[in-house]
Amino acid sequence: MIRFDRVFKRYPNGREALAELSFELATGEMTFLTGHSGAGKSTVLRLIALLERPTRGQVVVHGRSTASLRSRAIPGFRRQIGIVFQDHRLLDDRPVYDNVALPLAISGVPRREMDRRVRAALDQVGLLGRERTFPLELSAGEQQRVGIARAVITKPPVLIADEPTGNLDPDLALEVMNLFQRFNAVGVTVMVATHDIHLLDRFPVRRIHIEQGRLANPSYAAA
Amino acid sequence: MVGSLGRLARQPLATVLTITVIGIALALPGALYLIVANARAVTAGLGDTVQLSVYLRLSTTAEQAQKVARAIKARNEVGVAVLVSPDEGLAEFRAHSGIGEALQALTENPLPWVVKLRPAADRDSAGAIELLAADLRSLPEVELVEADTAWVRRLHAILEALRQMVALAAVVLAFGVLAIVGNTIRLEINGRRAEIEVTKLVGGSNAFVRRPFLYSGFWQGLAGGFLAVALVGIGLFMLEAPVARVAKAYGAAFVLAGLAAREYFAIIGGGALLGLLGAWLAAAFHLRRIEPRA
Repeated sequence: MIRFDRVFKRYPNGREALAELSFELATGEMTFLTGHSGAGKSTVLRLIALLERPTRGQVVVHGRSTASLRSRAIPGFRRQIGIVFQDHRLLDDRPVYDNVALPLAISGVPRREMDRRVRAALDQVGLLGRERTFPLELSAGEQQRVGIARAVITKPPVLIADEPTGNLDPDLALEVMNLFQRFNAVGVTVMVATHDIHLLDRFPVRRIHIEQGRLANPSYAAA
Repeated sequence: MVGSLGRLARQPLATVLTITVIGIALALPGALYLIVANARAVTAGLGDTVQLSVYLRLSTTAEQAQKVARAIKARNEVGVAVLVSPDEGLAEFRAHSGIGEALQALTENPLPWVVKLRPAADRDSAGAIELLAADLRSLPEVELVEADTAWVRRLHAILEALRQMVALAAVVLAFGVLAIVGNTIRLEINGRRAEIEVTKLVGGSNAFVRRPFLYSGFWQGLAGGFLAVALVGIGLFMLEAPVARVAKAYGAAFVLAGLAAREYFAIIGGGALLGLLGAWLAAAFHLRRIEPRA
């Protein structure tokens, strides 16, 4: 589903974020991407979402090398990937409904189906009935769950999350991580970047650990 | 599309200002156009009444004058020719010039015999008239030939130049409208940067992100077009009475012409089109620079 092949990434400011990074994620697999801040976790996710392109090497998603995608094709490509951000990136001046429905609006989904799917997505994250609420009226955990509802509403085969629990207390973090596991259980390929050690111990899934932009000690947690 | 109206309503001051500026920018060439069109209407009939005045020498006797008049009348180029005696001329002058009192003081009539003529219908081009005038000038009894074509031609040349200036002004102001709409849309884009970034993050294409701004530009241009038409209408209404008074003073039945339906449509449609184009240009330029960061 996702394959990194000797990926090297240098930012325009000269910083080398990734060096010769190679790994592969099978379809339906759930992975933690771990490492210290600055190790290159965000860069990996940015490369998958095509927010960046590799300087050298190949990133293959859905069997397609991202290098061969023209910028015109990027929006369609991104619609196949659900992205969850640490700061959830909700639009504060729009109610929850609008935030969650945005990917559907982009795809031109008719209003009735939109209503149905927004309710279904909010139900999945436990926020049914909060459609007309504004993000700032919600707690941090609830805001993050709105972000997750938005990421999964188009039923993308891949879900990536960058430090989704970074701003949450342990109970809420656990709740959010359970959500990811539920999506993974129905076949979604999930990659979660995190450095939350406590969380890692609670979820026995594969870890990809990177240090200074390189793969370090790839390990599988004891299942 | 209707949603973009709501957004415009939420920034009433900026929206009203933009629409006002567009309205004025469109009303100016519209008004100038009307001025020129009306001036052309007033002067259109003048070309038909070109008249030549052939002044004979003061020494000319009545018989000589009649002979010359007959000879002129006989020419092919001449349609109608009337001989005006010095006495008739003086009477006419007295009646119309308003200096009748002063003329009483004259002991003798200073006016010459005059042949007033109109060219034949098929010989009334400016060139033909000039030729005729030159020909008549060479007659020994003739002191002076006055052809009224020159000022008519000058007037028409001036109007033609004005018409082109209106077209030029329209083009310049159209660019102005593009700049105004472009700037408004630029501000709108900056104000909605977060929304644009998030939309692109979740897979919104450039066309999708651009659409609300195009609608916004379209609405503002359309409203500006309506305002321009209204401004021209108000101007016409206010000028109607004074123009009627002037026309009456000259004994003319002249009514100010307003815009035709087609011209109304051109101003309103032009406004909407310019709004759309301005928004498109601004969006093409500014949206590209907003790429999502994560």
